[in-house]
Amino acid sequence: MSDHEYTPTSKAGKWFNDRLPLLTLANHLTDYPTPKNLNYWWTFGGILTFCLITQIVTGLTLAMHYIAHADMAFESVEHIMRDVNYGWLIRYIHANGASMFFLAVYIHIFRSLFYGSYKAPREIIWIIGIIIYLLMMAAAFMGYVLPWGQMSFWGATVITNLFSAIPLVGEGIVTWLWGGYSVDNPTLTRFFTLHYLIPFLILGLVVLHIWALHVPGNNNPVGIDVKKPSKDTVPFHPYIVIKDTFALLMFMIVFAFFVFYTPNILGHADNYIEADPLVTPAHIVPEWYLLPFYAILRSVPDKLLGVIAMLSAILILAALPWLDTSKIRSAVFRPLYKQFYWILVADVLILGYVGAMPAEGLYLLVARVATAYYFLHFLVILPVLGLKEKTLPIPLSITEPILGGTANLATAKNKESSIK
Amino acid sequence: MSEKKTNRRDFLFTATYAVGAVGVGATVWPMIDQMNPDASVKALASTEVDVSSLTPGKTITVLWRGKPVFIRRRTEDEIADARSVKLDDLKDPEKDEDRAKNPEWLVMLGVCTHLGCVPLNDKGDYNGWFCPCHGSHYDTSGRIRKGPAPTNMEVPKYEFVNANTIKIG
Amino acid sequence: MKNFLRILSLIIVFLATPLSSHAAEKVEYLKTDWSFKGLFGKFDRGALQRGYQVYTEVCASCHSMKYLSYRNLSEKGGPEFTEQQAKAIAASFDVTDGPNSDGEMFTRPGKLSDKFVMPYENVKAAQAANGGAYPPDMSVLVKARGGGVDYIYSLLQGYEDPPAGITLDEGVHYNKYMYGNKIKMSNPLSDGLVEYSDGTNATVEQMSKDVTTFLMWTAEPHLETRHQMGFKAILYLIILTILVYFSMKRIWSRVETEV
Repeated sequence: MSDHEYTPTSKAGKWFNDRLPLLTLANHLTDYPTPKNLNYWWTFGGILTFCLITQIVTGLTLAMHYIAHADMAFESVEHIMRDVNYGWLIRYIHANGASMFFLAVYIHIFRSLFYGSYKAPREIIWIIGIIIYLLMMAAAFMGYVLPWGQMSFWGATVITNLFSAIPLVGEGIVTWLWGGYSVDNPTLTRFFTLHYLIPFLILGLVVLHIWALHVPGNNNPVGIDVKKPSKDTVPFHPYIVIKDTFALLMFMIVFAFFVFYTPNILGHADNYIEADPLVTPAHIVPEWYLLPFYAILRSVPDKLLGVIAMLSAILILAALPWLDTSKIRSAVFRPLYKQFYWILVADVLILGYVGAMPAEGLYLLVARVATAYYFLHFLVILPVLGLKEKTLPIPLSITEPILGGTANLATAKNKESSIK
Repeated sequence: MSEKKTNRRDFLFTATYAVGAVGVGATVWPMIDQMNPDASVKALASTEVDVSSLTPGKTITVLWRGKPVFIRRRTEDEIADARSVKLDDLKDPEKDEDRAKNPEWLVMLGVCTHLGCVPLNDKGDYNGWFCPCHGSHYDTSGRIRKGPAPTNMEVPKYEFVNANTIKIG
Repeated sequence: MKNFLRILSLIIVFLATPLSSHAAEKVEYLKTDWSFKGLFGKFDRGALQRGYQVYTEVCASCHSMKYLSYRNLSEKGGPEFTEQQAKAIAASFDVTDGPNSDGEMFTRPGKLSDKFVMPYENVKAAQAANGGAYPPDMSVLVKARGGGVDYIYSLLQGYEDPPAGITLDEGVHYNKYMYGNKIKMSNPLSDGLVEYSDGTNATVEQMSKDVTTFLMWTAEPHLETRHQMGFKAILYLIILTILVYFSMKRIWSRVETEV
């Protein structure tokens, strides 16, 4: 992985490292040459690692007190909130942590979209990231079911019923998912099992995500390849570590504000009513982070097509490296793309907004237009733009203001040698 | 000049590390403390037992804090037995008078002090209790006489609320 | 950095709008100043104790409070009755216990560790006694209603004669803050319904405020600790952030790049 050989100084260290090169790995991670022009949008990778670890640790402690049974789940959550030492704190961190996790992941994804981090040679990093995102949604959804409140129950009912849209086998799949003829105790226990499992899958994928990142190295705001190590890079420790820490602390202040002062604002009041299979809440809404996809689902008047549209909206992202035909990575040098990028951001925010509103009248119309534009952006605008757009000249290196560089390392090297 | 600069840098970094460490500690504590007995467990600290139906020579076992408690109404012989033992003969010297304030009533945790099994009633070489797990023999005062257990069976805090009711804890 | 913060705050504001607009589409609730709101918000002990009195004397005949125990009444951050008072309160209720050695259930005076005694044996019994409507459990009621304390406070004072054109079925009442305006619960409060031992005048408004405060505590028993801990935690984070910021500046001063 590393460009240079590393030998531990101590004898014991060398003995150990020859057998298991953990010290080489640690050295690689601390020395890892990072472009020094990374801005604060790049700190969200570290923040997301923090979120994952926070969710795992608080989740493990909650699991020590939570009871996955339809008759006792709600009560056990109240037990955690009232009697368990610091139980209220741990649960509020876990519940709000899910929202903070998604806030961070959306910023992380949109950073990638802006600076073209998904483009060659980073397609694998990007696709692993999309899988992580899908798993996060699965984990968040199942986690929301566990307190067994009204929103838990009816959210589970509605989401699992999506599978009934599949022709022929749909009903069978739904019954299989439920382990019965409705969402009930068997559903709850299997959701708990999977909710417990998925974070560790995510953890494994995060390791792969970082591994895949360390092969080509970080992209950067200028979007050109940098030579490593060079005067364009700084070692990960201490430069990036301290910068990530600073950003993480600011993130934690926002996080703490939610946990300590408005712990229930991101949740729904109905989830403090115990699940009742006989009564559906008046207004079912998913958690805020799923709203854009919920809006896409509802904007299509056909059941099966709606589900397909919603899934495609996520899966289309996996094809993004090939849909975007531009050779230039960073939007900084793509004046037209930059505008379309911000339109997409607005489009997704609008989808999220109408997702929270009732699906009728003007809201429905807006949702349909926004859904159409979402697909238009990825399927038409991006491929055409890459071929037609007049891009700005990009610099040769991130430290020198000399223009005339290219996005591709191979050609950059050729240029260098030809200059010599 | 350069020396002063180094000092100031050292101070800044040291302060940052120190403040950071305090925060890590404060964050770790709730994660540890959540495993301690919670408020509802602590609240169940006492239990009241009606012993009116107990005749001499009989033992009842009740549950207190998830553990068995032996309540034995002892016979005259058993009391005499327990009180006549010389302290020198005991592994864990303790007077029967201290263990059973009211000699007729012996209240103790029915947990072997070796590894926590529940000893059997009216068994063993000393006519008291015998632990089947690893062979510890207890006398009629619940004191260890033979076997691997290091100490006598523990007497919990208890009191007679009235003539027929014992409150444990 | 500036750009970063600007965009971030815009996004947060945008995400927060649907949340606030939700509240806007409902009726305006009656407002009062709650002592437990704000960074240092604490409960008013007097209000909690009076609220408990309103709950037991008025609400508890129909509404259960199944997640609370009598010991909670003397815990820190709550009504803070003395332990003696809490014991006396507990002992004034008959708790079903057992089975005893004869295999029979028996009643005994309540203990601190007992849960609040329920007015009905089960949901069905509660429905049967209340014309088919189940009086909801009040333990987390405040958190289970969109408008929270303001909604409960308003609802208790929202009973009116129905406007012309609205006919109500037998056993249904008109309340201008209730969702759909129709409520099965009859107006529970009237001036002077309870007699406060601290001499406070028991107006409907006063009782509504007291009992709502009490319900906020039952839903969020650790609210005071949360506020205190939150202030310390955020203050701490700000101090550490400042220290890390200067450390970062110093470290990055070794390379000529703006952080």
